[in-house]
Amino acid sequence: MFYREAGDFKTSYVEDSQTFPIAFDRWRYYAVLAFAFLVVPFIINDYWANAILLPFLIYAIASIGLNILTGYCGQVSLGTGGFMAVGAYACYKLMTAFPDVNIFFIVIASGFITAGVGVLFGLPSLRIKGFYLAVATLAAQFFLVWLFNRVPWFYNYSASGQINAPERTVFGIEVTGPNTEAWATYLFCLVFTVLLAIIARNLTRGAQGREWMSIRDMDIAAEIIGVNPLRAKLTAFAVSSFYVGVAGALFFAVYLGAVEVGEVFGIQKSFIVLFMIIIGGLGSIFGSFAGAAFLVVLPVALKLVGVDLLGWPTDIVAHFQLVIIGLLIVVFLIAEPHGMAQLWRVAKEKLRLWPFPH
Amino acid sequence: MPEQLLFAAEVTLNGLMAGVLYALVALGFVLIYKASGIFNYAQGVMALFAAATLVGIMKGQVPFAHLINAIFGTKVHYFGWTVPALLAILLTLVVMVVLAWAVNRFIMRHLVNQEPIILFMATIGFAYFLEGLSDLMWNSEIKKLDVGLPQGINLWIDETTFNAFGYGFFIDNLDIVATVIAIALVASLIFFAQYTKQGRAMRAVADDHQAALSVGVSLNFIWVMVWSLAGFVALVAGMMWGAKSGVQFSLSLIALKALPVLMLGGFTSIPGAIIGGLIIGVGEQLFEFAIGAPFLGGATQNWFAYVLALVFLVFRPQGLFGEKIIERV
Repeated sequence: MFYREAGDFKTSYVEDSQTFPIAFDRWRYYAVLAFAFLVVPFIINDYWANAILLPFLIYAIASIGLNILTGYCGQVSLGTGGFMAVGAYACYKLMTAFPDVNIFFIVIASGFITAGVGVLFGLPSLRIKGFYLAVATLAAQFFLVWLFNRVPWFYNYSASGQINAPERTVFGIEVTGPNTEAWATYLFCLVFTVLLAIIARNLTRGAQGREWMSIRDMDIAAEIIGVNPLRAKLTAFAVSSFYVGVAGALFFAVYLGAVEVGEVFGIQKSFIVLFMIIIGGLGSIFGSFAGAAFLVVLPVALKLVGVDLLGWPTDIVAHFQLVIIGLLIVVFLIAEPHGMAQLWRVAKEKLRLWPFPH
Repeated sequence: MPEQLLFAAEVTLNGLMAGVLYALVALGFVLIYKASGIFNYAQGVMALFAAATLVGIMKGQVPFAHLINAIFGTKVHYFGWTVPALLAILLTLVVMVVLAWAVNRFIMRHLVNQEPIILFMATIGFAYFLEGLSDLMWNSEIKKLDVGLPQGINLWIDETTFNAFGYGFFIDNLDIVATVIAIALVASLIFFAQYTKQGRAMRAVADDHQAALSVGVSLNFIWVMVWSLAGFVALVAGMMWGAKSGVQFSLSLIALKALPVLMLGGFTSIPGAIIGGLIIGVGEQLFEFAIGAPFLGGATQNWFAYVLALVFLVFRPQGLFGEKIIERV
């Protein structure tokens, strides 16, 4: 059959420890990448880009970031919205202060700034754990949003208190500002998402990831066998915040273009990203994508069914959405605490033995 | 300068009153946490749901009216009767008990022995569900809640203080009532926990699930009871906040405010919840008055409580009155 390790002999350690050891998986991965890079840009339109693809790609980055912190290192954070705001405002300040620097590097730099802020708010994690820490990260959430609301320097003293992304180009093609093409913004985000996902995947399965996971599974035991909890936790906060910061920068600069911090990066954003990784799967890169895709598509699908098909008022559909998301969270936690990623894993196990499971 | 001092005193008093309301919400958290080790994020939404249900029953709203109208094209909104406040409160209480039973039957029983953080996330999911349900049942408009509690400025205090200090203190009647009710509630809860059979069983469960089971305490019953109690506290808190600022979504956000209260007071202590609430209430008002408004551009209440709790936790992770956290491998 086609989905087997059997007959696929590895002759080097590099081959043996690759991300996709099964040939079929590998080819599927290449096919998905090829489709995303070579086919989608030609068939994309504004509706698909703005309603589904851009939010999906950006939320995927944020979910990977939170998954590194929560899923791999076990530190629950409710401050994702606040850190996304840091990324967005860092991006805005850098864009306006250095108009000649390429937007690509500005987004990366915003990630690093967010990483710094993340480490700062991660310091208490050395003393407090579990949901105590979750509440402590709320401090980051509310303080940061307040800061960006109240200190005019951050929004360049604009009268509305909003920040607006100026026009910037990559290779002469606009990716931010009002006159962008759907395929350009899509590709710009896709490059980030793919690069960051590959980095995250390799970080988490290497020595660093093992340190994080040992802290998650039992921090005292990890400390005894020689993992430095200070280093492990702070690197998790730094890397996670970097991802979240990049997501925030893209969310502001490429996706929305104009941001009012309280509305866009409020506590709801933190919860949505947390839900993504619960539904998708804690401690799984694939799960981050699955969760992000699910929670981006769900409202769109509900709107299609509820408003367009059944003709219900939009507010009822919005309320239904809350009920459904809440139910899904509970159902997933009860039935499959490891999320969609686990379903996927089980399916793959089954596939390996199919059609002779005994 | 005495003018300033008097003003500060008034701010402090108002902060104390607000703190009492925080403490009310925090109480619900402590109850559930003590008995089942679950950190119930949905407490604030339960307050919202209780308040909305109370208003809905009093006005004789048809539940799910909006939804029914959308599906069947009808135009029903009200049954056409109104229910007296006391009866409505009792009916709401019944609803909260049913809700407590449902939570245990359908959520918590399946999650026994899970890690606390999983339970916490389950309650976040439940909070979303309940919020959506509340909006579907009673629609999401801002509702006025009037169960006959006195409102407006207390003239007697205003006059007396004006005569004594030459400066009238502005204190809301409702805040005074809330304070009295909160004190009564806490006293009765402590009495209940210490001196009744069920209260003792509850403390036994909190101490050690297995030991409690082995001497014949029904875990299911205790959990339903505790969730019902939390529902009752949520109803009281919802009534107070609802009367103060209307029944609306922001009501559920007081749960978030109650979190730092708990961190300060310790998760396992009922007096801790009260004192934590008072500290936060006074602290944020005074901070806003003395530092926030003049130097930082105002609205520091949004984050002061959290930052205070954060700083405090770094030095004393178990809170003021919490049990010491001991960890073993």
